[in-house]
Amino acid sequence: MSEIASTAAPPLPATTEKLRFYGTWVIAAIALLLLPQIFGSGSSLTTFSLIGISIIFSLSYNILLGQTGMLSFGHAVYYGLGGFLAVHAINIIGANKLPLPLPIIPLIGGLSGLTFAALLGWVSTQRSGTAFAMISLGVAELIASSALILRSFFGGEAGVSANRTKLLKLFGWNFGPQIQIYYLVAAWTLIAVIAMYALTRTPLGRMCNAVRDNPERVQFVGYNPHIVRYLAFCFSGFFAGIAGSLAAINFEIANSAYLGAEQSGTVLFATYIGGIGFFIGPIVGAIFVTLLSLGLSDLTQVWQLYFGLIFIAVVLFAPGGITGLLMMHRPLLKAGTLPKVLPSYLVALVPTLAMIAGLILAIETIVHYTVNPGDDPHIKAFGVNFDAASPYIWATSVILLIGGFLVARRTWTWVGHAWDSASSAARETGIAA
Amino acid sequence: MNAAIELRGVEKSFGNIAIIRDINLSVAQGERHALIGPNGAGKSTTFNLISGYMAPTSGSVLLHGEVISGLPPYQINRRGLSRSFQVTNVFANMSVWENLRCAVLWSSGQRYAFWKNIDNLPEVRDRTAQILADINLTARRDVPAGLLTYAEQRALEIGITVAGRADVILLDEPTAGMSHAETERAVALIRRLTEGRTLLIVEHDMSVVFGLADRISVLVYGQIIASGTPEEIRGNPRVREAYLGEEAA
Amino acid sequence: MLELIVISTLNGVLFGMLLFLMASGLTVIFSMLGVLNFAHASFYMLGAFFGFQISRWLGFWPALVIAPLLAGAIGAGVERYGLRRVHKNGHVAELLFTFGLAFVIEDVVQIIWGKSPVDFRIPPLLDFPAFTIFSTNYPAYKMFMLLVSIAIFVGLLIVVKKTRIGLIVQAALTHPHMVGHLGHNVGRVFMLVFGVGTALAAVAGVIAGPALVTQSNMAGLLGPILFVVVVVGGLGSLPGAFVASLLIGLLQTFAVSMNGSLAGAFGPLSPAYASTWLADIWGVTIAQIAPIMPYLLLVLILAFRPMGLLGTRDT
Repeated sequence: MSEIASTAAPPLPATTEKLRFYGTWVIAAIALLLLPQIFGSGSSLTTFSLIGISIIFSLSYNILLGQTGMLSFGHAVYYGLGGFLAVHAINIIGANKLPLPLPIIPLIGGLSGLTFAALLGWVSTQRSGTAFAMISLGVAELIASSALILRSFFGGEAGVSANRTKLLKLFGWNFGPQIQIYYLVAAWTLIAVIAMYALTRTPLGRMCNAVRDNPERVQFVGYNPHIVRYLAFCFSGFFAGIAGSLAAINFEIANSAYLGAEQSGTVLFATYIGGIGFFIGPIVGAIFVTLLSLGLSDLTQVWQLYFGLIFIAVVLFAPGGITGLLMMHRPLLKAGTLPKVLPSYLVALVPTLAMIAGLILAIETIVHYTVNPGDDPHIKAFGVNFDAASPYIWATSVILLIGGFLVARRTWTWVGHAWDSASSAARETGIAA
Repeated sequence: MNAAIELRGVEKSFGNIAIIRDINLSVAQGERHALIGPNGAGKSTTFNLISGYMAPTSGSVLLHGEVISGLPPYQINRRGLSRSFQVTNVFANMSVWENLRCAVLWSSGQRYAFWKNIDNLPEVRDRTAQILADINLTARRDVPAGLLTYAEQRALEIGITVAGRADVILLDEPTAGMSHAETERAVALIRRLTEGRTLLIVEHDMSVVFGLADRISVLVYGQIIASGTPEEIRGNPRVREAYLGEEAA
Repeated sequence: MLELIVISTLNGVLFGMLLFLMASGLTVIFSMLGVLNFAHASFYMLGAFFGFQISRWLGFWPALVIAPLLAGAIGAGVERYGLRRVHKNGHVAELLFTFGLAFVIEDVVQIIWGKSPVDFRIPPLLDFPAFTIFSTNYPAYKMFMLLVSIAIFVGLLIVVKKTRIGLIVQAALTHPHMVGHLGHNVGRVFMLVFGVGTALAAVAGVIAGPALVTQSNMAGLLGPILFVVVVVGGLGSLPGAFVASLLIGLLQTFAVSMNGSLAGAFGPLSPAYASTWLADIWGVTIAQIAPIMPYLLLVLILAFRPMGLLGTRDT
């Protein structure tokens, strides 16, 4: 390394940093290994499997959105096609007794995702921004609608199913029990996460960020933005295909819902709510959204409405997502001025929670009247019993909603002030805030 | 002498409005050539035509004798021509270091490599560090480009332009909006960084133009009304009338 | 045969005009505000459901007036309190906001009116056959729909070409920033444009509701086609949207009435291919493909003319 580089360039990672970096991955692997020991029930293992699949899917989506600035409304196409090809592969391998064990299947799913992304991607990535979003929607609708026409491949409304236990056993495992599926998903999740992280550290990964920030300038440093986007699209399709095939393995079925608008919407929600600006954002989002959808559907009839409202709230008030919000506090933490904002958070929390409680009360009451008008008005939502017919409940919800809103507005201006003083204090200690 | 850049009969119209009318310009290799003229004369359009951002309506643009008009910007860039922008055009969310590194990647042969760790490429590292030191932004290495001061961003802009080792450099009003001291520093930087390369610069600051340029061309209403050495231009009555005014430097 | 062509042409033009009612609002909103309103089809749906509910209480004719006004008011509110706040976060955030909005509107409609179709009836005044072409009775209500669409279209044309506000809209279509510099209250203009655009979509919903099925999946079915129309026509081009609307309206209507298939034309495949995907393609009728024809058109346009039929602006 030249002398100039040794002074001007960022320092190469020291041994301790390298150890910390690789150590994180090792710890993650160990944690994944030990998780079933702590939460061993069948439903927990299924939940973990779903979270793992969602993590791979969301990270693949963020290659497009967060890293290359491409908003796609049709990413489920590659997820779904990976799933369908996985099911067909399992059936073919099982029928012909080929010597291929189940863990190979996600690779087949990934390759099919890659193939279709390569086929459809060149035309799709010609434009960027809003046009790309619309194109992705149109192409997704095309494929999803074709699913009902090409019945032999897509199996019509019922889909195609497979028996995952019929393949060659690996170390005595036939992958019937959920715990074995969990380990399969966990292993592939770790591999996929490492691979996608590595991609961000390559020249292509960096140029993806450049295309996101300024596609015009990218041309003037010698790169064709169309090719950069196309390659990102292909990688994204590859990993989406892996996720789709794992889902197909888990449920032993693939149907047109895998390709549909709802699936595309869910991954968009998960990635955006988690935060598109950081690598771990989609991981956080995947965990959050999977747990929330599983949990909320037990607590209320209209969990999808709450989902949509949470998404809109994130878009309006926290466009950086959960990780964005948390990372915002990092400079304050470093400068030690974080305690300045914490009390204002606690104060603002009270009326905000009241407002949300009022909103939930109102929604659940309205739902009762429109969906089940004939039923007993004593309903239970979010674990709380209340009488939807009682005027006290209506009054409470209105007071909580409006009163909470008015008070919350005030307290959030206080939070703003606290932030300003904490940031200035941080800047005085030399930390950019 | 070889012409680095040549414009032959270049015209550009938007709809019915002719912005550039029949320009013939020749910039010799290694020359520092300034393009001056009143606002709206078409200087930025000329740059856009040369760098491939737009294609001429008729006529041709040549780089080292090869026709480049009609090629997309990235191909022109790969043939050794690089330009800066009047309105700062950097990668706002990436650090200064990463901005410069992006500019270095193609010319160090990395292409679209997705199998190499970018931190393990010594040539990329060295060249980026060199440019960083040259534009005096070493202290601001890790700052996101969007948070730099105006003068720092202009310096970064120039750095990105020259980082790819292009031998023909186009600078579009690099000292716009700078104070006197900043302008002097910028000029020194430009002189240093374009040593041995061909430079075509658009400028309004006459002290910069007369101090830096070997030859000057004057563009008025899409036509070049004069082209020559600084002394010739200063003494040219048509130029005085159209642009410099009687009390010129 | 001739009867089929005439009827299909009438229906196709009708569908095309309905599409244009929506696509025009979408195009103007996109050109002025820079945001593609993902929830535009949702306002169409709101128009249909508001029309249904109000016609139950007050009759169809008041509903025809009130429902679009209500939907337009909601649209104006969305612009003022939602879109404007998100504007500073960029186009992606704006698009995502309207995407979330579409999601929520569909859920709310489902909660209030349920998932099954509602019985939005043609008003008795119009429930008769207008004329008989060959042997088919063409319903008067469809003629009414056609007339209303054309009337609104002509009205829009007059407003845009002859009034001051129309002049501002025209200017903002190509140079939105300049409009602000010229001293117009841009915020109010934006709110007006968004409100009128969504109201137009709602009008389409009110008049289409009785003829087509009024159901909570309306937006999801029509939304993507709407976006295909604006992309094929060329993002930001009103004439392009008009041409594309008619094109897709006619295309789909004609396709639905055609039962031709490759099998019909060339005879069945050999039994060896009977249960493969080749047999699926061979045997599928044009009518079955009709729903995906707009998307096929989209892919073709993108491959050969990416800026759309009459598009001039890049996003």
